[in-house]
Amino acid sequence: MRIGVVTFPGTLDDIDAARAVRIGGNEAVSLWHGDHDLKGVDAVILPGGFSYGDYLRCGAISRFSPVMTEVIEAAGKGLPVLGICNGFQILCESHLLPGALIRNDHRKFVCRDQRLRIENADTAWTSAFEQGQEIVVPLKNGEGQFIADEETLDRLEGEGRVVARYVEVNPNGSLRDIAGVTNQAGNVVGLMPHPEHAVEELTGSGTDGLGFFTSLVEKAFA
Amino acid sequence: MPRVVVDVMPKPEILDPQGKAVLGALPRLGFTGVTDVRQGKRFELEVHEVTDDVLAEVEKMAETFLANTVIENFTVRVEEK
Repeated sequence: MRIGVVTFPGTLDDIDAARAVRIGGNEAVSLWHGDHDLKGVDAVILPGGFSYGDYLRCGAISRFSPVMTEVIEAAGKGLPVLGICNGFQILCESHLLPGALIRNDHRKFVCRDQRLRIENADTAWTSAFEQGQEIVVPLKNGEGQFIADEETLDRLEGEGRVVARYVEVNPNGSLRDIAGVTNQAGNVVGLMPHPEHAVEELTGSGTDGLGFFTSLVEKAFA
Repeated sequence: MPRVVVDVMPKPEILDPQGKAVLGALPRLGFTGVTDVRQGKRFELEVHEVTDDVLAEVEKMAETFLANTVIENFTVRVEEK
């Protein structure tokens, strides 16, 4: 499948994300924040980094970039979209996902190999995993604390829209240990940790992240 | 030129780590008597004139862009000079 990876000014992990896409058996297509063009891709990844310098709020300015107009419209029609870290923040600012990401409760940047439990293995991006499977992938954020009001959290839990949860350590104060969520349709997923950094034995914490990049293909041929 | 000010503050129920950091630093600097700090943002918008339309526009700006109403409240006011 052809998976677009968006580069914003200040994006950091687009190269790693594109590499993970290729290792996952897909074609990576570079998308530019300033273009009203998704180049006909089958899915889009919004990678991590500090788009627009995190000015105003993380993701707040990126959300209004030309490419995001297209992403938001296409996501509404079912296009699979995965937002990682800063990409998750952009998806929340775009209101494609509920809640918001604010500064870590302990106020420090955190960088660690993080254990997660996959809570929903039915989304476009997680079908390669087993429900309840535990994985370890790198986590690195300063503003990764997922928050939403109680009603929204209850709804997310009730509808099975918590995609991944932190296990052992809650690294940033996220409510109910939430590391990732999905929209109602399951095509849009936001995740704070970085599966794209865990796709090869040579580097990172292992290859536990690969499933996020093979799920689309597996689903297509299932 | 008149000025419209938009103040954006984290909602009371939202943890404000930056405010907490400031609060923690105050006693270290010898400032006592402060029991809580909340940190927000202030936007000063210079406009040609203040009309109901302009204020409605600023309101919309604040709602969609300057504030994230999931986590922040905002107020709009005209600053007299």
